[in-house]
Amino acid sequence: MKFRRLILANLFRKKIRLILTVGSFAIALVLFTFLAVVNSAFNRGVDIAGADRLVIVNRIGLIQTMPISYGDKIRAIPGVKYVTQNHWFGGVYQDEKNFFPQFAIDVENHRHVYPEFQVPDDQWNTFVKDQQGAIAGATTAKRFGWKVGDRIPIKNALYGATKTWEFNLDGIYHTQKADGDQSQFWFHWKNFDENVPAAVKSTAGWYILKLNSPDDAVRVAKTIDTMFANSSSETKTETESAFAAGFAKQFGNIEFLILAIGSVVFFTLLLVTGNTMAISVRERTAELAVLKAIGVTDRTILFLVLFEAMLIAFIGGVIGLLLAWAAIPVISVALTGLLPPLLLSKTMLSAGLLFAIFVGTVSGLLPGIGAMRMRVVNALRRV
Amino acid sequence: MIRVDGQGSGTSLIQVRGLEKTYKRGGEDIRVLQRLNLDVDKGDFVAFMGPSGSGKTTLLNLLGGLDVPSAGSITVDGDEITHMSGSKLTNWRARHVGFIFQMYNLIPVLTAFQNVELPLLLTKLSSSERKKHVETALSVVGLADRMRHYPRQLSGGQEQRVTIARAIVSDPTFLLCDEPTGDLDRKSADEIMALIEELVGKYGKTVLMVTHDPVVAARAHTTLHLEKGVLVEASKAEPGVVAGGVR
Amino acid sequence: MAIPIIYNIRSVRARWTSSIVAVLGIAGTVGVFVAMLSLARGFQATLVASGSEDNALIVRAGATTEMTSGVGLDAVKIIQDAPGIARGADGPLVTPEAVLMAPIPLISTSTDANVEIRGVSPNVLQIRKQIKIVQGRMFQAGLAEVVVGKNANTTYRGLTLGNTIHLGSVNWKVVGIFDAGGSSFDSEVWGDAHLLSGAYNRPDNSFQSVTVHLNSPDALGQFKDAVTTDPRLNVDVMREISYYAKQSTNMTTLITRLGGFVAMIMAIGAIFGALNTMYSAVADRGREIATMRALGFGGPSVVFSFLLEALLISFFGGVLGCLAVLRLNGLTTSTINFQTFSNLAFAFKITPDLMIGGIVFALIMGVIGGLFPAIRAARLPVATALREL
Repeated sequence: MKFRRLILANLFRKKIRLILTVGSFAIALVLFTFLAVVNSAFNRGVDIAGADRLVIVNRIGLIQTMPISYGDKIRAIPGVKYVTQNHWFGGVYQDEKNFFPQFAIDVENHRHVYPEFQVPDDQWNTFVKDQQGAIAGATTAKRFGWKVGDRIPIKNALYGATKTWEFNLDGIYHTQKADGDQSQFWFHWKNFDENVPAAVKSTAGWYILKLNSPDDAVRVAKTIDTMFANSSSETKTETESAFAAGFAKQFGNIEFLILAIGSVVFFTLLLVTGNTMAISVRERTAELAVLKAIGVTDRTILFLVLFEAMLIAFIGGVIGLLLAWAAIPVISVALTGLLPPLLLSKTMLSAGLLFAIFVGTVSGLLPGIGAMRMRVVNALRRV
Repeated sequence: MIRVDGQGSGTSLIQVRGLEKTYKRGGEDIRVLQRLNLDVDKGDFVAFMGPSGSGKTTLLNLLGGLDVPSAGSITVDGDEITHMSGSKLTNWRARHVGFIFQMYNLIPVLTAFQNVELPLLLTKLSSSERKKHVETALSVVGLADRMRHYPRQLSGGQEQRVTIARAIVSDPTFLLCDEPTGDLDRKSADEIMALIEELVGKYGKTVLMVTHDPVVAARAHTTLHLEKGVLVEASKAEPGVVAGGVR
Repeated sequence: MAIPIIYNIRSVRARWTSSIVAVLGIAGTVGVFVAMLSLARGFQATLVASGSEDNALIVRAGATTEMTSGVGLDAVKIIQDAPGIARGADGPLVTPEAVLMAPIPLISTSTDANVEIRGVSPNVLQIRKQIKIVQGRMFQAGLAEVVVGKNANTTYRGLTLGNTIHLGSVNWKVVGIFDAGGSSFDSEVWGDAHLLSGAYNRPDNSFQSVTVHLNSPDALGQFKDAVTTDPRLNVDVMREISYYAKQSTNMTTLITRLGGFVAMIMAIGAIFGALNTMYSAVADRGREIATMRALGFGGPSVVFSFLLEALLISFFGGVLGCLAVLRLNGLTTSTINFQTFSNLAFAFKITPDLMIGGIVFALIMGVIGGLFPAIRAARLPVATALREL
């Protein structure tokens, strides 16, 4: 392109201003990315929910349990492929701050319902045979430096007198996708049932079932809730994503806050770059006038200004994304235990870059049109 | 008495000996001023003329303490300014020099009064004392009634007069003018020159002026030409003799 | 003598379009900073306000929250006789409490929130003295009646005076609304402990916690010693305030850290904006600056002048930012507290010291954004700048 040298030369005229404008874009994009990542972390539960899974809880409340006998009844419903149940454990490992979710699981069916949690077969087989055994998620294992074969003591005050339960770490599970939950800790429901007071025995915290097909969701859910209506433990059945969404919604206005900040950033950025472009166009009135005088078309002038704006936006955007990519893992560590891991996806990166280019183009538009419309005579007279 | 041969008695107000100024441009040394001498007495009115690039502005900058020479000395009223350091030179400049530029150089967001007051802010005068001086200066230049106006509300000639008021308000030792009439039409230029002549004639000011306009130069007592880095006298008897030849 | 400040004020005004960029950048950053911190403060304040200095909370030894604790009736009887407890007309001021959770839809989204239900003893208001019934009346012992906190009333559906709600296996009538001074209790529903336990199929002789009213804040030591050394009991005792302060740490840390990151990033952007504005100011006013220096205003005067100008802009931006978010003050929002797993309504809490902090933050950004341009202004080559177009 003929004007490449002109555009580049213009760009480097005022180095400091260039650095500042590019920097502004970079910063705005770091912020944009950060907000997107945090938003995704808050909504992680919804994203990783299985489309073909239903969650069944006691209608009265989350902390109420249901009889273990419900499992077989649910299994018998047509459309249900597998059923498993979890029981919340809620113990403390060394310090309250070291929170991670612990569940007593139904060893027979768990794997069928949650195929995305991957455990090497040999580790799983050891676990099945070892009633004192446990499986931990890779993130939690890494956090505390656990290795397979370690003995993990967990103190629990929830069920009867405070007692320390000891588990053998028989295996570590991973998830295929980066945004899966690798923080859970599982052990045998039989172990749990044998060691809790009578009041808690033979109960399930919540059931999770896998459908033959997602289309059966509504019918199956209704069947289950009707089946247990008017019993001592009425149920509430919904899809896993609805269940997770319910939690996410309790964060109330977090999403609104994020959108609000995003808008503030967007407009401020537009102003900064627009203003900078305007100033730089004004300074170059003389040259642009001369260009016009020698025959460069108005359209080309507009193009020159726009292209310069987009170039600045693009360079700033790329720098910002690189910075974000480097910084986000660090921030994620600072928030361990408070939020799920912060993950940057390709979609976010592309969205960010497009956003930057869009802002660049828009901000160059007004000064560009002004430059395009400027009458040569007036421009030269200004000099 | 104005001399350029360096043979002055040493009692002149402004004494320049062996002044040199060299610039580096693209790796080369360019000698703008070469062993320049000058003597100017109190009450003198000198015009400097010369082709563009001859160093007139450089000379003015050096005389006004805005620049330091490569060699030589400048003594003003007994003070040798060539060896003065940054802040000392700045203070000296504030007390001894009045600047009048082609482009007025007024602060656009300040009124005429406030612009003229600026140099006095560097003194220890009280607010009321400053007010007196400013009003006097503005009366001298005939703009007492425009004190509260902003530069954009004044004509070119009026702006220049404000500049002159600012230049004289702290009663400096001498005035330096760089193309004082450069941007003005003939009528306004005449008014400005009449004012400057009045400052010299009636108030005894010493004025050194750079100009390219022979008509303007003719108003001074003496015109000196800057040629090949040194000053050369042009005879007053031959006002038409101008280096560069543009009338 | 310094360059008159009127010069800076008028110059900023004359170049207001350019200054606006810096002002808005700083205002936005300060706004976000103050908003996030006031959110964290509000959350923390709500929980901290939930305790009294002269109340002690007893939970099972090792339990980190009431929800995960269990205290039997026999233990309650022993605790009641411990020294240090204040006495009322009917005996020691002790409230054994059952803490439960119920899903009640949020008014804002219509999806369920885990609302904390607290079974209390009928004389609870004598123990938690800062709580007052502001509408209706207190529930009567033995009846299926509940009172709701003022935030619960406005955040969750159906908790209005006179309405009937279904909790556990029983229907309850809302007979009163109480004001708990902006504490976590304001998000709760209270009823008779025995009845609530029954409605949820909980054993009647078991509670989650016991709260006692002490004779004085200093009586805690005596009470705690007596209770923790008693071999028949296996409990932890803490001042009510301490318990609630701990409940807030995670969420407060999360909001503060998130907010801190965001504000820091925005601050860098705002500083860039200020730098841009100040550098272009210096560039535009080259001739003025050179003139003033020619007249005799030295380098330091010029630096100071431009720094002052940057501070003027940033101060204005800071004030603007604070004013903009001031409207959030008192706005209630709710979130789930991970530590207790229950929903908590709280309000933005913007305090004067927070706003002062915001303005100081703005001024710091102004100094950073103004220093280098100011130094550049002082270093301009005077002679050339005097004559530039």
